[in-house]
Amino acid sequence: MSDHEDGSHLTEMELRVRALETVLAEKGYIDPAVLDLIVEHFETKVGPHIGARVVAQAWVDTAFRQALLADATAAIAASGNFPPVGDHLIAVENTPDQHNMVVCTLCSCYPWDVLGLPPVWYKSAPYRSRVVMDPRGVLREFGVALPEGARLRVWDSTAETRYLVLPRRPAGTEGWTVDQLAALVTRDSMIGTGLALTPEGDPQ
Amino acid sequence: MGEDSHAAQAALGALAAAPQDGGARAFSEPWEAQAFALTLALHRRGVFTWAEWSATLGAEIKRAQALGDPDTGTTYYQHWLAAIEHIVEQKGITNELTLGRYREAWHRAADRTPHGEAIVLSSADLSQ
Repeated sequence: MSDHEDGSHLTEMELRVRALETVLAEKGYIDPAVLDLIVEHFETKVGPHIGARVVAQAWVDTAFRQALLADATAAIAASGNFPPVGDHLIAVENTPDQHNMVVCTLCSCYPWDVLGLPPVWYKSAPYRSRVVMDPRGVLREFGVALPEGARLRVWDSTAETRYLVLPRRPAGTEGWTVDQLAALVTRDSMIGTGLALTPEGDPQ
Repeated sequence: MGEDSHAAQAALGALAAAPQDGGARAFSEPWEAQAFALTLALHRRGVFTWAEWSATLGAEIKRAQALGDPDTGTTYYQHWLAAIEHIVEQKGITNELTLGRYREAWHRAADRTPHGEAIVLSSADLSQ
């Protein structure tokens, strides 16, 4: 509570952030104006829509798909269609035989440049621990049932390496444009806790 | 395992029930965004590597868990903020004493600022 009824109030977290920001700015380590730009960038420009377009492009363009699977960071930079990715990004492709899921067991590393900020559940201890011990069970709780024979591979992100799942292209989308296809690519399908939507826009 | 797995089940149940949560909103409060941006800015400045950052953040998460945080993802940026405080002290940039002084100063600034107006720190707040 504020000491004065008519004054303002900052929470403990707000006080701690402001204290850090002020000290670091006074010492010349940060520029508050740059912080504002970073926040604006992540709140308005970056999000899973970028990853969705990367995936859709890979679905229609075999050369891009191969380049993406060889070196996602380089392929995205070379295409000129997407903002550059700063981290070392690895794309892992779902096939009829293998489904991929991404986690960061240590601290919730996430491919910010292509997916924006991680959802709350991605940062939760239950997801981080259970996806390693029981990936199939976690997947079921997200409403995804894999065919019995399909392998499930879990990729543990590190500070230096982030993963993007390349989901399978839904049947019945032959001849679709990149824009149409991108609308079927959900955030969860690129983390591996979901599949791309059907042509009708429903979960598979 | 018992209690832990119950908590895990509950949290996972909640997350599976709302798989699209947070899709539209990157941060739940502005301070989280500020803390996130601070880390990116400090990394760009070369203050730490991503490996150092993730080790520090991972340690903060473990410490919070040991102190009873169920760690369901909603306290993530609290750990994130603690990791920044930790790493800047470790790098000799500032220390807890200084940060505490600035927290008190911001508290005084808030107190004297009429509700609804922007809170600005003045040197008087620091010299008290």
